[in-house]
Amino acid sequence: MLVMLSSPHMHGGDSLRMMMLTVILALLPAAAVSVYLFGWLAVLLILVCMLSCLATEAVCLKLMGKSLTTLLDNSAALTGLLLALTLPALTPWWMAVVGSIFAIVLGKQVYGGLGYNIFNPALSARVILLISFPLQMTTWIIPMSAATPVVNLYDLSTCLTLFFAGPDALKLGLDAISMASPLGHVKTEWTLGVPVADALAHYHYSYLGAFLGTEAGSIGETSVLALLIGGVFLMARHSITWHIPFSYLATVAVLAALFSGIDPDHFAPPMFHLFAGGLMLCAFFMATDPVSSPVTPTGQIVFGIGCGVLTWSIRSFGGYPEGAMFSVLLMNCAVPLIDHYFRPRVYGHESGRKS
Amino acid sequence: MPAMLRNLAQRLGMMAHSFDGGIHPSDHKLGAGLHSEPCPLSPVHILPMKMHIGEACLPLVAVGDRVLRGQKIARSEGYVSVPVHASTSGRVVRIEEYAIPHPSGMGMPSIIIESDGDDASDDSLEPITDWRNTDPALLRERARMCGLAGLGGAVFPTFIKLVQDSRFPIETVVLNGIECEPWLTTDHRLMLEYADEILTGLAIIMHMVNTDSAIIAIEDNKSDAAEAIEQALALRDDLEGARVVLLPTRYPQGSEKQLIYSLTGREVPAGKLPMHIGMLCQNVATARALYRAVVRAEPLTERLVTVSGDAMPRPANLHVRIGTPMRYVFAQQGLTDFEDVRILHGGPMMGELLRHPDVPVVKSTNGMLAMLEASFMGGHTQEQACIRCGHCSEACPAGLVPNLLADQCRSDQFEKAESYDLFDCIECGACSYVCPSNIPLVHYFRYGKGQIAQQRREKSFAEASRLRSEAREMRIERENQARAARRSSVRKTHAPAAESTAKTDAAGDSAADKTDEGSKD
Repeated sequence: MLVMLSSPHMHGGDSLRMMMLTVILALLPAAAVSVYLFGWLAVLLILVCMLSCLATEAVCLKLMGKSLTTLLDNSAALTGLLLALTLPALTPWWMAVVGSIFAIVLGKQVYGGLGYNIFNPALSARVILLISFPLQMTTWIIPMSAATPVVNLYDLSTCLTLFFAGPDALKLGLDAISMASPLGHVKTEWTLGVPVADALAHYHYSYLGAFLGTEAGSIGETSVLALLIGGVFLMARHSITWHIPFSYLATVAVLAALFSGIDPDHFAPPMFHLFAGGLMLCAFFMATDPVSSPVTPTGQIVFGIGCGVLTWSIRSFGGYPEGAMFSVLLMNCAVPLIDHYFRPRVYGHESGRKS
Repeated sequence: MPAMLRNLAQRLGMMAHSFDGGIHPSDHKLGAGLHSEPCPLSPVHILPMKMHIGEACLPLVAVGDRVLRGQKIARSEGYVSVPVHASTSGRVVRIEEYAIPHPSGMGMPSIIIESDGDDASDDSLEPITDWRNTDPALLRERARMCGLAGLGGAVFPTFIKLVQDSRFPIETVVLNGIECEPWLTTDHRLMLEYADEILTGLAIIMHMVNTDSAIIAIEDNKSDAAEAIEQALALRDDLEGARVVLLPTRYPQGSEKQLIYSLTGREVPAGKLPMHIGMLCQNVATARALYRAVVRAEPLTERLVTVSGDAMPRPANLHVRIGTPMRYVFAQQGLTDFEDVRILHGGPMMGELLRHPDVPVVKSTNGMLAMLEASFMGGHTQEQACIRCGHCSEACPAGLVPNLLADQCRSDQFEKAESYDLFDCIECGACSYVCPSNIPLVHYFRYGKGQIAQQRREKSFAEASRLRSEAREMRIERENQARAARRSSVRKTHAPAAESTAKTDAAGDSAADKTDEGSKD
């Protein structure tokens, strides 16, 4: 059969599959660190999330009468991996499954599938989980190498019990294996009137630890180094551009530097902000999600600045200790507007643009 | 390099200007090293009545007439048009609709000539060897008479651009030897083999538009061609103001507006032409054709064609007579079976996919590519959802946001698409080339442009009929008033006797007036 097509009759060879696969590859260093820190728990979380995302996607496609070959575009698998990396190690299996279903159904398919979602699917699922299960979603396990382990997470059966039956089955009190995240700790201390520097000292916070990944946090967000490696890989492969991560991180750093300079007792220093919580993960992997971020370079910079302002504001003034994911989701809503107002200058036109 | 840094560097003068966006497709220039050769004379020539942008021609010959090579066989109708010439001597056997190289497979009234094998030329045209002392207007008429149209592929009648307009004096002539389309090697070979003819053509152009400054633009993947031109340039003393500029290879460098920016850092304002900023662009092949038309009195009856493609047994650069059936040309290079082969007219980025090879070579035929069906587009034909990755926007040399535009065109939001500058799209195809979702963006833009043009036509038609009907109503109104005036004057003459009838008449008149007014709304 001869199909008539209009030009061009040549293609550069990029494909959705490869783009998604590139992001998955870029997440491997962070995933590896999570396995090192949280043992089989991380493996189980990642597997369950990825498989439930794929299964949910398959069911949705089936229900909508679409071809299952869309599964091969790797986007559902990527959503699963991203979601898993934002979860605390002690997340029970069913919560991971519910989160994955949320991500695919409410985060993506209700909008019409890949390319049409307003919000980042993994992040929206993560926020739904945080709001629905605030306790489990803010219970951080002590990373293995950071303290003497009470339980051996490299033991598969221990982890299977923890994952499927919960800590109670091992007769472990949650307190025995959990701790606050640095951001949560600083926020709590601060509300008690303790200056930031003292709070960090009480916590035995280490910048090197945060950089390498030994401070408490969700399984994939602890290691700044691993995420940076992934981010640089993405930029080298031209999967993302520098605009969003740079403007996002720079905005947080500048705001933090400014305010901690003025009032160091109330505002955390820039390095702390950059290394803490989900900022790195969000800056390189969530805010850069092409579907839910602006198309044009200028728009991306505006988007990154918006994310930065919101993240720093929520962390400094909000009720939640961490604001990265909220800020990315909030900025996601503004994308159509940003796309409209920050288009590039068209060849032969003046730079001023009519609406 | 990020676009922003590049712009900054260009502004600070640290870097040469270079248009935004663009892509680097693999160039597949198989024919670059192949010396051009003549294509044997075909037994039949098909000459469509329109091979240029503009209005179609009218045949001057009848079936049975004998014609000579270079004889004018169809005259141009309207200003934007150039005549058609017989490509060889022979007999007119048919004048009928014949398929032309167009993706739709559409036809065009054509003169079909059976060659007599003598290839005798019509010598009625006199060579103008002393063109330096010839009135540019005469040279311009020569360019028109000889059927010259832009041979880079756009086939815009050449004579129209070769004009001295006191409002827009041409400062610099740009000779376009970029040939950024993959596979094509005609301009490359012409520059290597006919450098002097091209330069004389350039000198004629410069004489015609009265400037002594010219830039010959060549991409750095054709540095041998640049050397050939420079050597030829060094041997001449009449082109002091001409220089060769080697530009980094990037598609679509050869696009007029992008090329002007790369060379000068100036943009052609939207809706304007290069002449409005004092520039004139001509393709190297057109310059050579102009030389041939002026100095050798040869109308455009032949052009260089790259015959190539991954399904082509023997790629070549052939001097083909215009009107030669493509099937015949392909056969000369060993391709006779078109099963599982796709034929492209022109290059792969902007050329047309043809349904069959039974169409003639025309003035715009810079390439004939036979591509393997199996590897066509590298299998990237299945359209998927847009993930808004922005690669199209990065690649767009016009600064558009193709994915948003495509959405608007697809959902028939034409006004919005226009406000997003749809008509600034040059259809270079860079966006579709980089799209990971295989979205045929340019196809959507063509659809949108076509629909908007259609709407404009309908609107102007409706506007014309509205004016017509308003004029008619005014005329009827005037006639009614004139009639009423006549009547009342009649009434005055017979006043007392006709009083009662006048009253009923008046009532009837006012009622009629009312209905008239009503109908006007």
